[in-house]
This record gives sequence, C-alpha cells and structure tokens, in this order.
Amino acid sequence: MAASSASEYIKHHLGNLTYGQLPAGYDRSCHGHEQTLTDATWTFACNGQEASDMGFMAFHVDSLAWSGGLGIIMCLLFWLGARKASAGVPSGFMNFVEIIIEFIDTQVRDSFHGKSKLIAPLSLVIFCWVFLMNLMDLIPVDVVPMTFQWIMVHFFGWSAHEAYFRIVPTTDPNITLSMSISVFLLVIFYSIKVKGVGGFLGELSFKPFEANGLLGKLILLPINLVLEVIALLAKPVSLGLRLFGNMYAGEFVFILVAGMMGTWQAVAAWPWAVFHILVITLQAFIFMVLTIVYLSMAVEEH
Amino acid sequence: MNINATLIGQAIWFFLFVAFCMKFVWPPISRALEERKQKIAEGLSAADRAERDLVLAQEKASANLKEAKEKAAEIIEQANKRANQIVEESKGQARIEGERLIAKAQSEIDQEINRAREELRKEVAALALAGAEKVLGREVNRDAHKQLLDEVAAEL
Repeated sequence: MAASSASEYIKHHLGNLTYGQLPAGYDRSCHGHEQTLTDATWTFACNGQEASDMGFMAFHVDSLAWSGGLGIIMCLLFWLGARKASAGVPSGFMNFVEIIIEFIDTQVRDSFHGKSKLIAPLSLVIFCWVFLMNLMDLIPVDVVPMTFQWIMVHFFGWSAHEAYFRIVPTTDPNITLSMSISVFLLVIFYSIKVKGVGGFLGELSFKPFEANGLLGKLILLPINLVLEVIALLAKPVSLGLRLFGNMYAGEFVFILVAGMMGTWQAVAAWPWAVFHILVITLQAFIFMVLTIVYLSMAVEEH
Repeated sequence: MNINATLIGQAIWFFLFVAFCMKFVWPPISRALEERKQKIAEGLSAADRAERDLVLAQEKASANLKEAKEKAAEIIEQANKRANQIVEESKGQARIEGERLIAKAQSEIDQEINRAREELRKEVAALALAGAEKVLGREVNRDAHKQLLDEVAAEL
C-alpha cells in the first residue's frame, strides 16, 4: 500500500460518523456534487473538515449508537438476571451475574465507606459498560466499517470515502470525557452534599498549606486555591483521557496492522488482540475503581 | 476527534443506564444475595444446633438405656426372690398338708382300731358267754350276770 493511501486509510478509520449543523453559506462538495448551503442545515458530515466545521452542535452517531446499544444490551442482561434473582441456588447465567455483582460490591465496600444507593449500581454500569465498549476493539477493524460503507454506497449513494464509521466508542474522547465529567459532577455534588458549600470551598482554600492565623490563611489562600482547583480539575481530565488514550492507542495499532498487512493482519493483530484483552479489562476496572475512590474522597472528611 | 455535543448524548445514556440499574438491577440482586447469606448463616447455625441436640439425645438415650438395664436387673432379681419365696411357701404348705393328711390317716386308723377292738371285744364277750354257757350247761341269765359279763368284757 502506498504511503498516501495508508495515511488516508488510517485517517478514514479515525473519523467518526458525524451528524451536525453546518452554517448557512457553507460550501460543500458531497456525494459527487457541489453546493452552497442557503440555510443552516443538519446533515451528516462527508469529510473531516465538515465534521470539525460543525463545531459543538454535532453528534458522533456511531459512538452514541454503539455505546447506547451496548448499554441497552447490558441493562437487558442484568435485568433478566435481576428478575431471576432469588435466595435459592443460582444456576447458569444467574451465577455469572452474581459473580459480577459480588465483585463490584466487594470493590465498592473496600474503598467507599459512606452509605449510598447510587455508587454500587454506578460502579456496575461503569465497569460493565466500559468493558463492553472496549470489547468492540477486538472485532477486526474493517468488518463493521466496511459493511457500513457498503450499505451507504449501495443504498444511499454515498461515496466510499464519505462513510466514516467507528465501532469502539471509548476511542472517542467525547465518550470517555462525557463519562468522566459526569463522575466529576457527582463528586462535586457529593462534596457539597456532605460538607456543605462552605466545607467544599474551605477544602479548596485552606489546604494543603495550613496556617493558624487569619492573615496566614489569607496569604496562603491563592496558592491553595490554585493547587486544589488544578488537582480537582485534573481528576475528570485524567480519568477520561486515560481510558481514551489506552483504547485509542490499541485501536491505532490494529489500524496500522490492518493498513500494512491487509488480509494478513490476523498474524499480527491476533497476538495484539490477546494482549489487548488485558488492557480492555484493566481500563474498565481502573475507570471504576477511580470513580469509587473519587467519590469516597468526596464523601469523607480529610 | 472534535469535542462536540456527543458529550451530552453520552451523558444522557450514562444517566439512563445508571438510573435503570439503580432501580431495576442492583436492589433485587443484592437483596437476593443478602437473603441467601442470611439463609446460609441460619442453615449453619441450625446444623450446629442439631449437632448439639444429637449429642444431648445420645447422652439421654444411653442414660435411658442404662436406667432400663438397671430396672430390668432389679425386676429379675425381685422375680427370682419372689419365685424362691413361692417355692418355699409351697414347700411349707405341702409339708403342712402332708402332716395333716398323715394325722387324718392316723386318726382314721385309730378309729378303725378302736372300732375293731370294740367289735372284737363284743365278739369275745359273746364268745366268752357262749363258752361259759357251755361250761355251765345252762343258760346264763344275761340280765342277772350283766355286771359280771361287763367286767369280763372290760378286762378283755
């Protein structure tokens, strides 16, 4: 494969199917014909430039569909398990569900000492959902996108290079950051709920450098504030980017291997996939554990 | 890799799934697990109790057995004693009865002897009288010699 087409291939695989609003007067060249938009229009972006020109008002349809679909499957499976749950002897599928629930419960009990009805199901959803989304990484990179491309080309008249499709939602920073920001909002909510607004702000202002006198406190306040706010904001960013980075890197290796070796990719992709199983599980686990730790830090006085 | 409203969409998914699991998944399963934990604990303690009860029952049973054995031995002893007693009693009775029978027979014999003696005496008297008549060659007036005859008879 030539260098340019290899880079095209990689770029194409890293583009999301984006549905968003293009502003009025935008010049497009799509599906083989050129046009200038007279009104602001909601449409699928047909190249990377358009996707970025859509600005904030755009959705990654592929990421959202896969994450939502996997989440729904997960919820249905657990719901089936919950309906069969009884104090009797569990069997088959119920055993599996109970193992997961017990595992999550142990993790939550180990790190979170407060009482909350939210944190255990939250951890369950995070672990299982992130795991499932990561798991999509193990499907050979071209299978689903090529199928999608074939459908769009044959039934909707798109050009092949316009059909972007990614099936691993966690390689989309929007997805991981969205989850980590949701967790971050929960952290702030719990901090304020447990410690009050004053307590929360006090923690930001009077630590880690402490002084006894009022003057000392005032002098140290800006330093503390800067340190603590950065530390606070670092949590969601690191949480989201860690997952994104790991999955993106893994995905990138798969794409590179596929781009270089074509049909022979399995030779190199298979060992990487085996290794990647570890990363998939580990990243889901880390995301869950850090969520629990952040929330327990929010709830506990320190 | 643009940051866009996907953030919001994913947050909505996230919220929906967490809410669903919080309402329909976690509570029933954790309740079932809790119930099972309790059930197992109850089962174990019941087993412990049963074991203790078994030991107690075994002790009680062996005590009962021992008591029953003792009672049986006592009863057998009593029965033996009573049997001996009965044998002794019947021996005594038999002896008394024997003695009574002997005495009765003796008295009957005595009576017979007396009667025989009386008859003999009478016959002897009659014989003596007849003898005397023959000797005297005449009739002896019985009435006249009654006293004499009686004396003779009495000497016999």
